[in-house]
This record gives sequence, C-alpha cells and structure tokens, in this order.
Amino acid sequence: MPRLVSHPDEVKIVSRRFGMGAASIDRYIELGGYQSAKKCLEQGPDWIINEMKASNLRGRGGAGFPTGMKWSFVPKQSPKPKYILVNGDESEPGTCKDHLIFLHDPHAVIEGALIAGLAVGAKLGFIYLRGEYRYLLKIVEKAVADAYAKGFLGKNIFGSGVEFEVITQTGAGAYEVGEESALMESLEGKRGIPRIRPPFPAVVGLYGGPTVINNAETIASVPHVIEMGAAAYAAVGTPRNGGTRLFCLSGHVERPGVYELPLGYNLKKMIYEVAGGIRGGRTLKAVVPGGSSTPVLLPEEIETLGMDFDQVGKAGSMLGSGGVVVIDDQTCMVEFALRTISFYQHESCGWCIPCREGTDWLKKSLTRFHAGFGRAEDIDNIRYLAENMLGRTFCPLGDAAAMPTIAFVKKFRKEFEDHLNGKPCPYARQGVPQLTVV
Amino acid sequence: MSPKNTSPETMSVFSPQLAARFDALVEKYPVRRSALVPMLLYAQDEVGYLSDAVIAEVARRIGITELDVRNVASYYSMLRFKPAGRYNIQVCTNIACMLRGAYDLFERFEEELGIGHKGITADGLFSLEEVECIGACSWAPAIQVNYDFHDELKPDLVPGILDGYRGQAHADSSRPEGSR
Repeated sequence: MPRLVSHPDEVKIVSRRFGMGAASIDRYIELGGYQSAKKCLEQGPDWIINEMKASNLRGRGGAGFPTGMKWSFVPKQSPKPKYILVNGDESEPGTCKDHLIFLHDPHAVIEGALIAGLAVGAKLGFIYLRGEYRYLLKIVEKAVADAYAKGFLGKNIFGSGVEFEVITQTGAGAYEVGEESALMESLEGKRGIPRIRPPFPAVVGLYGGPTVINNAETIASVPHVIEMGAAAYAAVGTPRNGGTRLFCLSGHVERPGVYELPLGYNLKKMIYEVAGGIRGGRTLKAVVPGGSSTPVLLPEEIETLGMDFDQVGKAGSMLGSGGVVVIDDQTCMVEFALRTISFYQHESCGWCIPCREGTDWLKKSLTRFHAGFGRAEDIDNIRYLAENMLGRTFCPLGDAAAMPTIAFVKKFRKEFEDHLNGKPCPYARQGVPQLTVV
Repeated sequence: MSPKNTSPETMSVFSPQLAARFDALVEKYPVRRSALVPMLLYAQDEVGYLSDAVIAEVARRIGITELDVRNVASYYSMLRFKPAGRYNIQVCTNIACMLRGAYDLFERFEEELGIGHKGITADGLFSLEEVECIGACSWAPAIQVNYDFHDELKPDLVPGILDGYRGQAHADSSRPEGSR
C-alpha cells in the first residue's frame, strides 16, 4: 500500500479525503460528496463553465490547458453524442498521483466526470485506467456500481430526469495511450496511434462525437472547485494558475511522497523542506520538475522558481504532470539521459518517422557513449538529432523524448566529455558491467 | 478468417464467467469493438497468454478478423503471445526507481531465480521482466507481481517476497480443483 505523507505547508484540497475511507460511498457523502454535482444540476451548464473558467483550473496531465476554456469549445448542439473521457492512463515516469486518487477518492473522479457531463451536455463518460492499475480499477468499478445504486448515475440522476452513465475501461500497457487522441483510438479498440489535429477532440473526438478529455487529477479537482467557489480556488494558486497540485517527489530525497501544494510553491523549498532534503546529506545535482519529458533544471535555476505553469515555462522547462525527480551528485547524467531515452524508444508507437527513428538512434548513440565508445562529435550529433525531432510528429511523444535530451546535453556537456576517449563511465555505480574494447 | 468447419462455435476457451463478462461488456459500449483491449487482457488473465484459440474466439465474438485482433494486441506491452510464469515479476527500472536502486533489485531477482529478463523458471512458477514506469515513483523502487504492487523494496527483501508466492502456490495446489 503506497505510504501517505504529510507536511504543514500542504493545502489539502484534492487529497483532503485521502486516508479517510472515502472509497466507500457513504463515507464520501458524509464528507460532503456529491453536493457539488447536485448544485451544478441546479445551476446549469453556463454557470458551471463560467465557474471553471474563473477558477483558473488548468489541465494536470502536462499541457496545462485551461479546463473551463476546453469545456467551452464543445458545441452546444451536436448531431452526434458527446462524451466525457477521464484520462487515468498515468504513465509519465515520475508521476504517481492518480494512483492515490483512484485508491483513496474514486468518487471525486466520478462526481467530476458527472459535472463535466452536465456542463457540456454529455450523457456518457469513460474512466480509462492504465492496465497495470488493476487493483485500482476494481476500486473504481465498485465506486461506479455504488453511485448507480444511489441514483447518482443512470437514466435519471438525482431524480432530475437527466441522464449520465459511466463506463470504466482498462488499458493494456502503452505510454502513448496517455496522449488524448491515442487514448480515443485505444477506447475504440484499435492500436494507440495518434490522430492529426485539428479537428480537436472537443469537436471530433471519441466515435467522432464532441469529447471532453481531461486528466484524472483535473477531473477530481472539479467538485472541489464547485464546493469552494471559483474565486476561493483561484486564490490558492498564482495568477492564471488556480489551486493546488499533487507533486510526486521521488528520487534522492529523504522523504519521497505525494504532497499537495499550492501552485507557485518554491521548488527549492519543496525539495529541502517538504521532502526533507537530499538523501544521506549529499548535494543536489539536478531536478526533473514535471515528469521525465520535462527538461532538467540545475540547482541555481530553482532558487526562486515558483512551481506553476508560467514560471516553470519561463525557466525553460515545463510543470508537466507533477513528477519531481530529484537527482544527487553521485548520479551519472549520461546514464540518466540513456534511461530516459530508452523509455521513449520503447514507447514510441512508430507512426511518425522522426520519433520512431529519432528515439532509436538516440538510444543507440547514448548506449555507445555511456559505454566509453563515444566520439567528440557525438555530443553535438545527439543534440542535433533531438532538435530535429521537435515539432515534427503527430503527437507530443517526439517532443517529450527530444526536449529532455537537448537539456541533458546542454547542461551536462562536461559529463558527456568525461566519457570520451574510450573511458568507461567515470560516474558508474560500482559493479556495473561496462563494455570493453576488443 | 476463422475456419468455422474445424472450430465449431460451441467450443470455447473462455470460462462461463469470462463469457458472461464479455457479453455484458460488449453491450455497454456504443461500438462493440471497444471491448477489444480489455477483453484481450481479461482473457490473458484466465488463459495465461493470447493463444491462437483465444485470438480466434475474441475475433469471432467481436466480429473482426483474427489478423485485426493480432494487429491491435501486438501494440500493447502487457499482452503476450507466449506463456509467462504463474507469478510474473515486473521490476521497474525507470528513472525514479533507478535512482533508488532498481538495478540492484533486478539483479537480486536474477540471482535468486537463476533467470534473466523475460526468463521463466524451470518449474514455471516465476517469470521475470524489466518494465517501464508502473506509477509508484514516490514509493520506489517498486515491482508488480502479476497485478500486486510491492513498494519501497531492498534487495534483501527479495527472498521473502519469493517465499511468499511459493507458499501461496503451495496452498493453492493443496486445495481441491475448482476452488482456486
């Protein structure tokens, strides 16, 4: 069972019910659950969308798109049915927040999906969990069945005559399916290959109908926005960055865990105070601020860095999915870059050539380089290869592989150079097999 | 595609429970085919892997070709066309787990089981895999054994984990058939 952590600086909104037995529907109701959905049913779609816009809630999956605006793009009249799609295919390395939401507060996801359905006039919602999360799928399935039994889901929700149904769905192992259009393909029973956009899902999405697709944390935040009121929620964060985030601290910190902090919280403080500093009294070498696809930051870049979408963007990285991976001075950054690119090479769906070939060549180059067979020109070649993947693919996976690679080369050039001239990795863990020159 | 004359429709590799689950699942979706990915995984859970018979049956039940089923199945990393061990050990070595000793953990599993990546023990009890991020980064290093998570691990905990599953297998085998 994943350990829950706590720190006085936390502002518990999405995690408010964690550890309180709220997976049980009666407990969830006792703790104020389903009141937001009832309120939304009374207030109507325009009110809901205005609240969402005013809350400054932005997508928690990675791109940070304003949620209210996304919902407002769905046409009011549509000849095809509309759908709500909750993306719980959490797979970005460093990210484990939805894991806790499904485990501790599945009804918040159901209630959020229901509110989204009311806002855009959708009658059917899907909650898609990654295949590895089978024990969580069982928890969500039970929660959905309980919500039907209470009349919160079905043909006549809360006795209002309004219809909203929920289907739970499991994936079967594919990072790419976390990308919105690939997820819709998977849900239609196909390979998870991205679709070209426009048209965007809000207009042509699942089964060709207008579709709202949001990250599970975004959807779980929705009932809280309604409960607190948009203004109060927005006031928690920074301008244009409403509310909190579940930050997943991992790597070389003393107290890893998922902490809920207001957007704009200082990254240095997050590492040194909230997560207890660097493990074993070592020093910080680098930090990946928002999941493995976000460019790495150096200690001097985090001194005054507030963790919101705009500030991290300005610092040359991304807030991403909330996965803060902390790296100490004993780590080989070439090995770290290699492990990162190996992941993207494994997960590239192969549809777009720059991504399929680019990730493969980067993996080959970095493997050779880390083993001591690198050449001086490889360093620039690795960067050149990555730069030529940027913006040349249907979906962001190509960028997700290229962006961190460029940052590793740019910021740790010295470590790359230290691997040159047939030297095996000078930073290697003891006992790691190294290729030998024959 | 399915050779109807040699494989009568009455013959099923699905248990009655799995067949019922499938029937309920296909009714729920706007499009029947949406049941494909979950059904393949549930069928694999029951049969152990996607055998030719499983693929033929899923294709027939959904109403698509076997080739189409194979095309989709080959995309998803959890779906396999060969049997794994009864307990499939999946060790995450992605960045968050790597930083907290996942490779040492993986090596210990290799030593204890005498197999490597994608290997199966001679008795068929265990298989071992190095996998990508499983969503337990803040509790690293983490593994999954079938669908069970084990987190905050150290190499020294490996023998105990293996013994636990050996005990479970033993308990299962001493119970009468059909109650498993």
